[in-house]
Amino acid sequence: MANNLEPSKLHGADVLRTASVGLHTRKLRAALSALGIMIGIAAMVGVLGLSESSKSDLLAQLDRLGTNLLTVQAGTGIGIGSGELPEEAAGMISRIGPVETTSTISAVDANVFKTDFVPAGQTGGITVQAVDVNLLETLAGGVSDGKFLDAATSDYPTAVLGSVAAERLGIREVSGTQQVWLGDQWFTVIGVLNQFELNPDLDRAALVGFAAAAEYLDHDNVPTSILVRANPDYIDEVTAVLSATANPQNPEEVEVARPSDALEAKEAADDAFTALFLGLGAVALLVGGVGIANVMVISVLERRAEIGLRRALGATKRHVAVQFLGEALLLSAIGGIGGVALGWAVTGVYANIRGWDTLIPPLAIGGGIAAALLIGAIAGLYPAIRAARLSPTEALRSA
Amino acid sequence: MTHDRAAPSAGSDVVLSLHGVTKEYPTTPPVHALRGVDFAVTRGELVGVVGPSGSGKSTLLHIMGTLDRPTAGEVTVAGHDIADLSDKDMSALRSRHIGFVFQQFHLLSGYTALDNVADGLLYTGSNVATRRRLARRALERVGLGHRLGHVATKLSGGERQRVAVARALVGTPSIVLADEPTGNLDTKNSDGIVELIRQINDEGVTFVVITHNREIAEAFPRTVGLRDGLIEYDSGVR
Repeated sequence: MANNLEPSKLHGADVLRTASVGLHTRKLRAALSALGIMIGIAAMVGVLGLSESSKSDLLAQLDRLGTNLLTVQAGTGIGIGSGELPEEAAGMISRIGPVETTSTISAVDANVFKTDFVPAGQTGGITVQAVDVNLLETLAGGVSDGKFLDAATSDYPTAVLGSVAAERLGIREVSGTQQVWLGDQWFTVIGVLNQFELNPDLDRAALVGFAAAAEYLDHDNVPTSILVRANPDYIDEVTAVLSATANPQNPEEVEVARPSDALEAKEAADDAFTALFLGLGAVALLVGGVGIANVMVISVLERRAEIGLRRALGATKRHVAVQFLGEALLLSAIGGIGGVALGWAVTGVYANIRGWDTLIPPLAIGGGIAAALLIGAIAGLYPAIRAARLSPTEALRSA
Repeated sequence: MTHDRAAPSAGSDVVLSLHGVTKEYPTTPPVHALRGVDFAVTRGELVGVVGPSGSGKSTLLHIMGTLDRPTAGEVTVAGHDIADLSDKDMSALRSRHIGFVFQQFHLLSGYTALDNVADGLLYTGSNVATRRRLARRALERVGLGHRLGHVATKLSGGERQRVAVARALVGTPSIVLADEPTGNLDTKNSDGIVELIRQINDEGVTFVVITHNREIAEAFPRTVGLRDGLIEYDSGVR
């Protein structure tokens, strides 16, 4: 029989209102159950944000330093070679088409000390290297104080110190009169360098000119490594022919490396950690979801009287289900939004400390909130169905 | 008015009628809560249903309130035979035609008296402003116009039950069913609620009050005695 009853109705705004009843009447419990989701989402957003921020910093660094630097080094070790490149290697390499500049480094068999009173054994791990005057521009390095070797000073007993070497020799500022005891000679310190980002070995070196090395240190100036800047478009081609060009007789004794690869490898390692932490975040999220499900099941049991009352007031089963599902979604949404905010804040603070730009991938924000809602929906579904199935008389009787 | 009450058979004025209603709970052994109840309430009546515990009072209230279906027999509320109604239709019927007052008040603890009463219209589809306006009027009607913004938990027992009565009235239902409305109240507050029910009934609202308190039931214009699932006596309108 058709009846003229107007069906029960619950407006959208009222769905939200009924869904928030549990949050309103049991604030602490709601806060704690949202916290579980919040921690999970914060972990995921934070990890993705930090990874993105550090990646962008690395890209900026690579951009600044260029990925077109190659180092050609004489192999050392048993059966590999003498640790020396042929004297004409630099000249040969510079004749390869796409090579833009080359800069030669030659390890000098000498030690450097603060004064001539320091015992010979206490070298401080500082090496002495003869270098070309274009070293700094080839490596995209900089001078922190004083100046670098030039055509004039590289003929005289002058030295430029790497950042670590300067620190170990106790020289912070260059006055122009400081001297170091280098290979039984006094060398005047004319400059201290910034840290090299691509070639940290040189941070622990005292650098002298080739002419000075030959004149005062009796050095043969055989190159130990050659830095090569090549056209970025032909990097692979240049890499392929470098060994044979540098040492045609024994190309296997030559090691060719691309220092920017090390930075990229570091990033790949960071990616592995990112995946690990994302996994941990997912576990936290799952635990948070179980927490919400648990709280909702308890809530349905405790609020049988309310369910009975709502049925008496005209709520349908669907209205009751929607109320409890809505509550679970609300809890998880609060957790999700809180988690995104917390993850953002953590990323911001850490990025600030490291001097990075704070970058949160939009996918992490959207994905974080979506994941929270999904977990909430799954967690709320069973309690909601239970609440809806409760018969009104049973619900009222148990009250 | 009084003449109408005296004529339960006057077809269109019957708000609620039960015909041969039985209710059996399939436990072992089965419980026969109602064993064939015939009972009708006409518009504007105030009926007290009294009986000892286990007499089937609560079951009768649930069936009259369409919260449950009878095992056999016919139940008609506001002209709707509930055998023809789906679960959803019964919800609709409750939202528009039946008001409930419970022994435990069943108010939402963190919410104000006004919000609690407005919830009486929550499932009718009316908007918040209308619900609140009608709720204010209903609270004034039960003498709580000065307590609109008070949180339910801050009210006394008697005041809470008044709020519950206001919630039952707010939708102008065809019938209000009260289940032991004084059961949780002291004598003074209990008298107050009984007085309130009488007063509202005088304004034309149909009431069925279920109680185990013979004194309260017998003070009402009509008393129905229930025992072992059967109507033991029906005073008719005195």
